Amino acid sequence: MANAVLTAATDERVGKRSTLQKLLVRPEIGALVGAVVLFVFFAAIAPVFLQPNSQATVLYGSSTIGIMAVGVALLMIGGEFDLSTGVAVITSALSASMFSWYFSVNIWIGVAFALVVSLGIGFINGWILVKTKLPSFIVTLATFLMLAGLNLGLTRMIGGAVATPSISGIDGFEEAHAIFASSVNIAGIEVRITVFIWIALVLLASWVLLRTRVGNWIFASGGDANAARAVGVPVTQTKIGLFMAVGFCGWILGMHNLFAFNTVQSGEGVGNEFLYIIAAVIGGCLLTGGYGSAVGGAIGAFIFGMANKGIVYAQWNPDWFKFFLGLMLLLATIVNLIVKRRAELK
Amino acid sequence: MNAKQIDQQTLLKDEKDPLTHTPVHLLSLDGVGKHYGNIIALHDVTMAVDNGRVTCVLGDNGAGKSTLIKIIAGLHQHDEGVLHIMGDERKFNSPRDALDAGIATVYQDLAVVPLMPIWRNFFLGSELTTGWGPLRRMDVQKMKDITLKELADMGIDLRDVEQPIGQLSGGERQCVAIARAVYFGAKVLILDEPTAALGVKQSGVVLRYILQARDRGLGVIFITHNPHHAFPVGDRFLLLKRGKSIGYYDKKDITLDELTAQMAGGAELAELAHELEQLGGHSDIVKEVQAEVAEVTEVAEAALESNTKRH
Repeated sequence: MANAVLTAATDERVGKRSTLQKLLVRPEIGALVGAVVLFVFFAAIAPVFLQPNSQATVLYGSSTIGIMAVGVALLMIGGEFDLSTGVAVITSALSASMFSWYFSVNIWIGVAFALVVSLGIGFINGWILVKTKLPSFIVTLATFLMLAGLNLGLTRMIGGAVATPSISGIDGFEEAHAIFASSVNIAGIEVRITVFIWIALVLLASWVLLRTRVGNWIFASGGDANAARAVGVPVTQTKIGLFMAVGFCGWILGMHNLFAFNTVQSGEGVGNEFLYIIAAVIGGCLLTGGYGSAVGGAIGAFIFGMANKGIVYAQWNPDWFKFFLGLMLLLATIVNLIVKRRAELK
Repeated sequence: MNAKQIDQQTLLKDEKDPLTHTPVHLLSLDGVGKHYGNIIALHDVTMAVDNGRVTCVLGDNGAGKSTLIKIIAGLHQHDEGVLHIMGDERKFNSPRDALDAGIATVYQDLAVVPLMPIWRNFFLGSELTTGWGPLRRMDVQKMKDITLKELADMGIDLRDVEQPIGQLSGGERQCVAIARAVYFGAKVLILDEPTAALGVKQSGVVLRYILQARDRGLGVIFITHNPHHAFPVGDRFLLLKRGKSIGYYDKKDITLDELTAQMAGGAELAELAHELEQLGGHSDIVKEVQAEVAEVTEVAEAALESNTKRH
């Protein structure tokens, strides 16, 4: 009886959604429009911007932000964020470098040690968060400060200087350099390997997010953790796992920094955490969690890379860069807000 | 009060399950109690749930309804009495335990994630997968198809299972949650105040789904503070007050008026009616109440109709 009544009533109530409307509710649409506008803008005012070599440089700049933005975007969709990422990258690089140098072992042992350290930092962040139920702002701010102190303190204590000694002579350096910091020649253009790692990570993260159970759990943990728990989603493990994924991305970037420059400045990295968060937010991830995409984070990073290098190609004063970034962030957040309201519209 | 109160011992020990004809209930509580520190939240509660029957738990705010469902749903553990599932004594350590035993709970806040599409919500926590090892992935098309079919079977015709569940109305969301529980092989369905936040019409829709779930052979525990909603769909009624059972009736032994009176405490209700009358509460409020009574009568008739069909 109820079937007949309801079936008859529903269909004509809602018109068919057009492809455009479907596109408009995608989380990364605001960022995509922004990226296209920015690209056309720089292409118009600085023709050198369009040259393949310039694009390779822009992509390299984007990738160093984008690799981290992948992890940070997933974490934000999962409802948390991480302020310790900037210095954690340096911690990872320092760990590998100092470990191999101090114990005079093959660099790969140092690289493995750094992976353990990075995943460990992620685990500790996540574990403290789920145990204490403190906001991630407080927990990761504390980790950020502690890591910044440890980076400086331990480097000086062990190595006696603020920078690590060069590791270029240590066994295994060549192979590690080839994997983390080499360039690939494509039709005469040198493209840094980080660009490919970045693209691979984005594809992997998108697949996980949209096509696996874990992806469903990430959306649910960020969207409504209590509801997720009530239907049997392992929210605790999901959140800890996300922090560890961020740690993994930090390890990759840390290794790139180490093998690209052979030495690490222990005081670096402070402030970079915001760039990663900005990339994710511009890319459509909500600060409140439950909404966003890995591709969005990548587009956010690309916008960052374009603005950063484009200003140089346009021969402007780089002082303007920060202003530009702030404006992009504001516009992107407003667009996201509108999109979210549309999506939640009842 | 001339309604005969069923002897609780008799009901638990001798009554047979209507479908299996065994003396074992699908779920039964015997003298269950719970205290938080020195606060007694629930004391000596006895009730039973059978296949294809609706057991209503009625009580005002703070009567212990929430504590009761939390014990059955595995969020809390009881410290007195016993909980039997199909005759086995059980104590659940987590909601997952209860789910595995076939007890699904539809919470008041529905346990849905508003920004996620309907099909993702439907399968949340129990996603279907295909492939193996690192390539194990969700079977998206199958999940969408099942969601659409299951909801259609419950009489909900959706435009698009991709739309965020937050866009559905309260009643529709409730129905998605019920359909989800039914699909995942729930034997016992606990509904925590499903009509509390809904208007009269929407409540009627949800009550219909309760009957549909019952007709599919589920044992339903319907928690409510509204006897007008409980009476038309319920087979048994447990009344709670201040953490204690103040009555446990079979449908044939009680009328709606008696239920209402029992629940509010007859004297209190009479006093309230008197007070309202003095305040001139005739016109609008009375009309509203009458409208609601008419609505539930309609549902009651539907219930009666499907009851006669069944027997």
